[in-house]
Amino acid sequence: MTALLTTRGLSRRFGGLRAVDDVEFALETGEIRAVIGPNGAGKTTFVSLVCGRYAPDAGTITFSGEDITAMPAHMRVRRGIAYTFQITSVFANLSAYDNVALPVQRTLTDGRSRGAVRHGAMEALERVGLSNRANEQAGTLAYGHQRLLEVAMGLALKPRLLILDEPTQGLSDGEIENFVALVREIAKDATVLLIEHNMQVVMELAQRITVFNAGKILAEGAPAEIRGNAAVQDAYLGTTPEAQA
Amino acid sequence: MNWEGPTAKVYALHVAVVALLVGLNFALPEYHHGVLARVLVLAVFAMGYNVLFGYAGLLSLGHAMFFAAGLYGAGLPLYHLGWGVPAAFGAGIAAGFVASLIIGLLALRTSGVAFMIVTMMFAQVFYLTTLYFGEWTRGDEGLVLQQQARQVTLGAQTLDLTSPATRYLLAVALFAIVLLASVALVRSRHGRVLVAIRENEERTRMLGYDTFANKLAAVVTSGVICAAAGAAYALLFGYVGSTFASVQYSILPLLWVLLGGAATTLGPLIGTLFMYYVIDIASGYTSAYMLVVGAVLILLVLFFRKGVLGTVRERWVGWLP
Repeated sequence: MTALLTTRGLSRRFGGLRAVDDVEFALETGEIRAVIGPNGAGKTTFVSLVCGRYAPDAGTITFSGEDITAMPAHMRVRRGIAYTFQITSVFANLSAYDNVALPVQRTLTDGRSRGAVRHGAMEALERVGLSNRANEQAGTLAYGHQRLLEVAMGLALKPRLLILDEPTQGLSDGEIENFVALVREIAKDATVLLIEHNMQVVMELAQRITVFNAGKILAEGAPAEIRGNAAVQDAYLGTTPEAQA
Repeated sequence: MNWEGPTAKVYALHVAVVALLVGLNFALPEYHHGVLARVLVLAVFAMGYNVLFGYAGLLSLGHAMFFAAGLYGAGLPLYHLGWGVPAAFGAGIAAGFVASLIIGLLALRTSGVAFMIVTMMFAQVFYLTTLYFGEWTRGDEGLVLQQQARQVTLGAQTLDLTSPATRYLLAVALFAIVLLASVALVRSRHGRVLVAIRENEERTRMLGYDTFANKLAAVVTSGVICAAAGAAYALLFGYVGSTFASVQYSILPLLWVLLGGAATTLGPLIGTLFMYYVIDIASGYTSAYMLVVGAVLILLVLFFRKGVLGTVRERWVGWLP
């Protein structure tokens, strides 16, 4: 396996806060990687640097062998990096159909897919189970459906790397179950980077887990290793379970 | 917004509107015939404004500059250099293209209120420039283009742009071309991206779109349409003056579009027509006609918040583009 994404010495500060501090990170093609860590650990900032929403202060980002550090966000998307927003960010005044038609026509223009916009858009909606709501205004959909629409928009970009930022936030248990199945499905053709607070989802899906704390990578490893890592428990709970008991 | 909607129905509606306008050429009394020709050219100006404001969501307060670029771009070479009508019209459009490209590149570095202020300032610079070069433009007094200069020879035929019927039909022709082009634009992929930028620019960027390039294209399309209206105005009505570059003519297209319905293809015509007649009728009764206009605007904001056609689309006819 080869590294799809690597970062070297990646840093970004906001005023005096080192939100992302000298991060060395590598992601293998085809894996499902979870990024976890306490609130404010720098997870969202880190993926925002990867997808180009923010520019780094220092460090380099390599995607599929190409240095993309200075590349504008829309070009990274065309290279195959898709980002789904933490705060649901669908086009509320457009129909669900138009929401996915936008990424579909992008891939058609780039020559990364073929066929009609309608076909691609309906396919993306079908994959998340929203095809019967194509003509509904996105803003009127139930919250869980909006989250799924957000994922469908990411999928419709035909990404090589799909970054999901807290996708299960606010979903019911039943919806989370369907979502886990959906991510497994997605991972058949894309590498998935998943920021997630729900540990059950993380343990079920992730092949490897990266733990962020205070802008740095605190630990990295298979789910079982991370579960048993005292430093991780410390970061999450402020204390080890033994001390708590 | 319904892109894959009933295409045949949409085009049939717009063709019917154009056919109605052609038919009115033979039916309207002289006075209203002249008014409608003028309204149609100004409606083209409003349609150009609507591309940027209605669809791309960029509120410019400087569009008088693009209208005037067309007006002077056509009028000056015709008056001073003796250019023919087609060449002058082309020069007007070219002037609008250059102006909108430059202004777009500069003004799009800002957004929101800053964009409004920057476009307004550039338009003021343009207005003052037309006054400064009064030797050629004759400023507020303006230039009157003579009848002999406003004729086109097509083989054995001579089109006299000062004849009411010719003027009216040419106005309808320009209106029809711009109307159908704007229907095609808003139903195109580019149109869908513009609406997406209006709704959420950051999200559109993260779907892989170069939002700056798309917005620049919208500014240029809008500028060229407005310049075409300005050039047509100069050639059809024979007057080129600084008034058309003043801030009033930046505010008017905004009002016309808001009245008729932003982001509707036929709204600009309805808004322009409505406003023209409100002023026309009110000024027949009182010199305080702007008071009447103000009252009408308040009523529209209260009862037709999305403009006439915007409200019609929302409540009754969802497939309107």
